[in-house]
Amino acid sequence: MKLFNFHKPIVGGVHPIARKAESNALPINVMPMPKRLYVPVQQHSGNPAVPEVDVGDRVWKGQLLAHGQGNISAPIHSPTSGTVIAITPHTAPHPSGLPILTIVIESDGEDRWLDNVMPIDPFGMSAEQMIDKVGQAGIVGMGGATFPAVVKLRLSRRSKVHTFIINGGECEPYMTCDDRLMRERPEQIVDSIRIVLHATQVERALIGIEDNKPEAIAAMRLACRHRADIKVVAVPALYPMGSAQHLIKTLMGVEVPSDGRSADVGALVHNIGTVYAIHKAVRFGQPLVSRVITVSGGVVKQPRNIEVPIGTLLSDVFEFAGGFEQAPARVVMGGPMMGYVVPDLNVPVVKGTSGILALTAKEVSEQQPMPCIRCGSCVDACPCGLLPLQMAAHIRSDKLDKATEFGLVDCIACGCCSYVCPSHIPLVQYFNYAKSELADQQRAIHKNEETKKLVELRKQRLDREAAEKAAAIAKRKADAARKKTEKAS
Amino acid sequence: MLSAVMSLTALGLSLGFILGYAAKFFKVEAAPIVEEIEMMMPGSQCGQCGYPGCRPAAEAIASGAALVTICPPGGRALAEQLAEKLNVVIDLSGMKAEAPKIARVSEATCIGCARCAKKCPTDAIIGAQKQIHVVIRDACIGCGACVEVCPTECLQLHPIAATIKSWKWVKPDAPLLA
Repeated sequence: MKLFNFHKPIVGGVHPIARKAESNALPINVMPMPKRLYVPVQQHSGNPAVPEVDVGDRVWKGQLLAHGQGNISAPIHSPTSGTVIAITPHTAPHPSGLPILTIVIESDGEDRWLDNVMPIDPFGMSAEQMIDKVGQAGIVGMGGATFPAVVKLRLSRRSKVHTFIINGGECEPYMTCDDRLMRERPEQIVDSIRIVLHATQVERALIGIEDNKPEAIAAMRLACRHRADIKVVAVPALYPMGSAQHLIKTLMGVEVPSDGRSADVGALVHNIGTVYAIHKAVRFGQPLVSRVITVSGGVVKQPRNIEVPIGTLLSDVFEFAGGFEQAPARVVMGGPMMGYVVPDLNVPVVKGTSGILALTAKEVSEQQPMPCIRCGSCVDACPCGLLPLQMAAHIRSDKLDKATEFGLVDCIACGCCSYVCPSHIPLVQYFNYAKSELADQQRAIHKNEETKKLVELRKQRLDREAAEKAAAIAKRKADAARKKTEKAS
Repeated sequence: MLSAVMSLTALGLSLGFILGYAAKFFKVEAAPIVEEIEMMMPGSQCGQCGYPGCRPAAEAIASGAALVTICPPGGRALAEQLAEKLNVVIDLSGMKAEAPKIARVSEATCIGCARCAKKCPTDAIIGAQKQIHVVIRDACIGCGACVEVCPTECLQLHPIAATIKSWKWVKPDAPLLA
């Protein structure tokens, strides 16, 4: 452990081989519309959306396919014009590879927008209307967390948020989609920042960009040179700089509390891709129906950034990128540090997909885990100040409560510990397992409580029914007795 | 007259006071641990544990006659809570093996006899006489009480299919860590 950390803005972190040069030189290509699109009803955290269309319906680009339900949810829109040919379970872009309800659209090749999608003057709208537009467009955090953007904007308006942080960290190796967006469309991003500042009444904006993207920094500086309230800050290239809490720490010098959120320290954080989507929604009324993704990895013939309609299958995207040189050893959705392996190429690109990688066996370099030698490398690397080796040892022996005491909930699953471990112990995999196991236990406890309520309600019902029955019998008896006396008299 | 009223009132008050005090201080207590365990249990009286209800099961757990893992609806979470409460070490390996199940009505064979709905401890079955009945998935605890009374065997317990929400990461299999 180092006592002094003057040269590093955050504790821990690693410097993985960047591998960004493969894909950051070429401009963003727009992918031609594939024949079929597979749009899952859940592409966001929270409740799944509820389909509004039926099989056989004619839909236009930007038409609402499924509406959000509950406070934390997001609507889903049609990525092109065509026909709904099925609403069926399909392999989900999720580490489980389980099926999820998916709306399948056959493109008619016209790609015609819905009539009411047209440019608007956002500054003629009230702040509330602007924020509503973001919600209606179904925009979610496009860095991968997929939290509905409108919820964060509303919260910032209500709480004392003073700084809007635009996350241009993009610290994952291979990923260059935000880099390319900043280089090619900086005006649109700055325009969106103005919209968000206006809508949320936040005072200033800081654009944090890792210093390994000098072109993006220059482009963004040029685009916001007339705005005193928007500042571009070059931050050191250190994984996981793109984590919201670590970027806040670097830019503002404050730490997000363990049980708190960014808003508690006065920050609103949005990823570059999200900010760009807000621009399209508020300026042009376009819902989120496409996104820029990085297509890279050793076996891809032409690694590059591609603007892809939501719902495009991975196989179509890889084909557009020139196909494979050889069969990939592993296909990963997201970056190599935090992404997950997909079972096959029949998985669609969704709102939270920042990139897809087809890797060679050498890039994967899978190794057999060996016993822990207690070297403490993982402790040095952990950007959250945790003790990965200790937590993993407890989880291994099923002592999840002990692991929780060691701060399991503060783990951001960045994978730095697994990356540095000389014994190749799957540390972050242990933490992911433990978190899902704890969530499962929480669900069980919740179900137990609900069962108790149901049993209580049933008891009340039975008591009420018994009382009603008794009353009815008593009434009948009384009636009979009265009739008897009437007859007698 | 007045003295009689006053002395009887005084006598009544003082005796009442003594009785009230005695009730508080010489109270015969039921073992509080049984109550506490009963509070933690689902309370659906489903009888899957082999005891006639949650109270007898709680008594058995408290006296050590039954293991803390006997409650299937409570599952692993309840077993861990109970183990912590009673300070016992438990073997959870047996609990993982069986996936949780819930009841489902096969529409083809349901005759609408309404027997199952009357038996359900959580009122998870709805339907009227001569109508096809249906099980509300979220409310079913998989106790199997309905399966026993169904005359056409149309009610069966089925394992709950994994969904993305309920899916869990697999525990990594690595050699001894430390």
